[in-house]
Amino acid sequence: MSGHSSEANTHGSVKSYLTGFVLSVILTAIPFWMVMTETFDKGPTYITIILLAIVQIFVHLKYFLHLNFSDQGKLDTYSFIFAAVIIVMVVALSVWIIYASNAMMM
Amino acid sequence: MSILGKLSLDAIPYHEPILVGTFSAVVVGALALAYLLIKYNLLGVLWRDWITSIDHKRLGVMYIVLALVMLLRGFSDAIMMRLQLALATNGDPGYLPPHHYDQVFTAHGVIMIIFMAMPFMIGLMNIVVPLQIGARDVAFPFLNNLSFWLTAGGAILINISLFVGEFAKTGWVAYPPLAGLQFSPDVGVDYYIWALQISGIGTTLTAVNFLATVFKMRAPGMKLMDMPIFTWTCTWANILIAASFPILTAVLAMLTLDRYLDFHFFTNDGGGNSMMYINLFWAWGHPEVYILVLPAFGIFSEIVSTFTGKRLFGYKSMVWATASISILGFIVWLHHFFTMGSSANVNAFFGVMTMVIAVPTGVKLFNWLFTMYRGRLRVTVPVLWTLGFMVTFTIGGMTGVLLAVPGADYVLHNSLFLIAHFHNTIIGGAVFGYLAGFAFWFPKAMGFHLNVKLGKAAFWCWLVGFFMAFMPLYVLGFLGMTRRLNHTNNPDWNIWLYIALVGAFIIMAGIICQLLQLYVGFRDRKDNLDTTGDPWNGHTLEWSTSSPPQYYNFAKIPTVSDIDAFTDMKEKGEAYVRHESYEAIHMPKNTAAGILISGCITVMGFALIWHIWWLAALGLFSAFVSLVVRAYTKDVDYYVQPDEVARIEKAHLDSVAKG
Repeated sequence: MSGHSSEANTHGSVKSYLTGFVLSVILTAIPFWMVMTETFDKGPTYITIILLAIVQIFVHLKYFLHLNFSDQGKLDTYSFIFAAVIIVMVVALSVWIIYASNAMMM
Repeated sequence: MSILGKLSLDAIPYHEPILVGTFSAVVVGALALAYLLIKYNLLGVLWRDWITSIDHKRLGVMYIVLALVMLLRGFSDAIMMRLQLALATNGDPGYLPPHHYDQVFTAHGVIMIIFMAMPFMIGLMNIVVPLQIGARDVAFPFLNNLSFWLTAGGAILINISLFVGEFAKTGWVAYPPLAGLQFSPDVGVDYYIWALQISGIGTTLTAVNFLATVFKMRAPGMKLMDMPIFTWTCTWANILIAASFPILTAVLAMLTLDRYLDFHFFTNDGGGNSMMYINLFWAWGHPEVYILVLPAFGIFSEIVSTFTGKRLFGYKSMVWATASISILGFIVWLHHFFTMGSSANVNAFFGVMTMVIAVPTGVKLFNWLFTMYRGRLRVTVPVLWTLGFMVTFTIGGMTGVLLAVPGADYVLHNSLFLIAHFHNTIIGGAVFGYLAGFAFWFPKAMGFHLNVKLGKAAFWCWLVGFFMAFMPLYVLGFLGMTRRLNHTNNPDWNIWLYIALVGAFIIMAGIICQLLQLYVGFRDRKDNLDTTGDPWNGHTLEWSTSSPPQYYNFAKIPTVSDIDAFTDMKEKGEAYVRHESYEAIHMPKNTAAGILISGCITVMGFALIWHIWWLAALGLFSAFVSLVVRAYTKDVDYYVQPDEVARIEKAHLDSVAKG
């Protein structure tokens, strides 16, 4: 069909993997350092860990799963978002339903 | 534990006259069929052209045959129930004892949803979708054959339960703790579990297959927003299958662990929570009803557009309405168990979400009306089903919005009002849709027309019968009659139960008309051949092929530049072009691997039901070996030579020219 299989954004390149790897190491090292050295209070530490974890999810999606909004990659990205939305909805609503019904039985 | 597990002669219900009679009828029927096949020397044809076929059109036909056979089985269950309820009044016990009656209503539900509606929908999708997008077959033709046989394997298991052992007595939802080992120690629920699991895997594979097909194999020029509307609705249904069937698989796997390995997911003791089963079952079950009805909406859209001779009004809004229904369909499931007693906020959220779904559905109805507006509607059999649907489904939709009010649901939950509502939407929506599609695409799939008079008679019997059978159930619901009752003793209810029985018999007349229609159509087929391949002046690519379509579908893959691709080609004079030369066409070979693997899996299912562990292991191992052998087979394809393509194409074009 199309002759774009050699393009970096579909299969990734050494450079993109290395970028992703270095970013992930940095994003892991910062929380690790914060916890080990206890430089900050617990509150800010927790918030930073969660924020950096979320950032790292996006780093993985971009550099390792190669999700993007190019013409070739759009479909994969939308499928991923759809699946994520459904899973979050089903799990979150299920937790809410069961939690609320348990609460009614107390 | 004997070598046959729990299986012994006691499992054969030879002391039940109804079952012995049914069994004799099945045996006589099977022998008659075998005799006819041998007499006309058709066994080889059946094996080579059908059972081992990986042609999507033939698989589609086989799905629909399966659906029609299971429709007869499911309908027999229905009429037995109506008869029992009409007889068992004022202290009379009727003719079906509770343990038998409970199996009948469970089997009716499972069969009608999983083994009638699903195969019917998937059959139509198989026949039509690859043709509509200008593809030669689906993305994975062998997988398609395997999916069919897995579905058939599940259907075979559920029919075996009629004569060996018994079926579940739990209702089609099989809620624990009733479906758990403590209260259902017999094999009924195990039959239920394995029939659903095996066919469910087939369904999931079908969805994956068709998603790959529509995303990767569309004809050049066909963007996603150029896909015919039926293909779009099937695609959304497939997305829903891929997202929701794994939930069913997981919840049934947990129930299996509870029953087989003493787990406590859903038991009353050991920390189990049976509410979680109800929750997860409907997280699959609600998307499932949209899986059934969305393709039906697509069929109606095609029919309305074709028979008014107009473009579909609001194509884009139709696609987006389907998308909204699909996504909203995933956040309304709690309305099936408002009365479980979650908090008021939970019930309010799901109630509102449910009502919101009425909006995109309304968009669709208005689009159909606006398509008809100032069009010249040709009132054919498919159009009759469509008009009948629009009236019936609107009533069903409105009672649905009523049930979506949690307060009202507390009054109506599990009453016959609910039964009337969901039959109103599933028969009036999905089944009418499939029967419309059946009438619409029959000449395409089989190459000849069906008898129109019998088709119209079938429609009127179904419509009148439906209203007579189910409107009384709304009344009975208001009078307080609950579902799954074996006998009643309230004289006020009797008259409505009698009317409903008459309605069921009228539907039976409709089904008989359809069987006659098939018989007469097949007998007189030589007089009613569809020689052009385009009997209705169709809009989409499936009508550009011959009837039945060439096995390679398209000699040259068409280039598409319009939603109504074939209309566009006809207007530009590009339809029916004679080509100078053709290229060889790469095609997959037929294979027996599908029926072999599925056969082994079905044996495994049967063995697990009866705790015959060695046979279950053997079945699983054989299936695995068959799969590996198939995976390493290199001889799976061939080329149709250009001269054969030229010969077939010339025959088709000559036939078109003659009209």
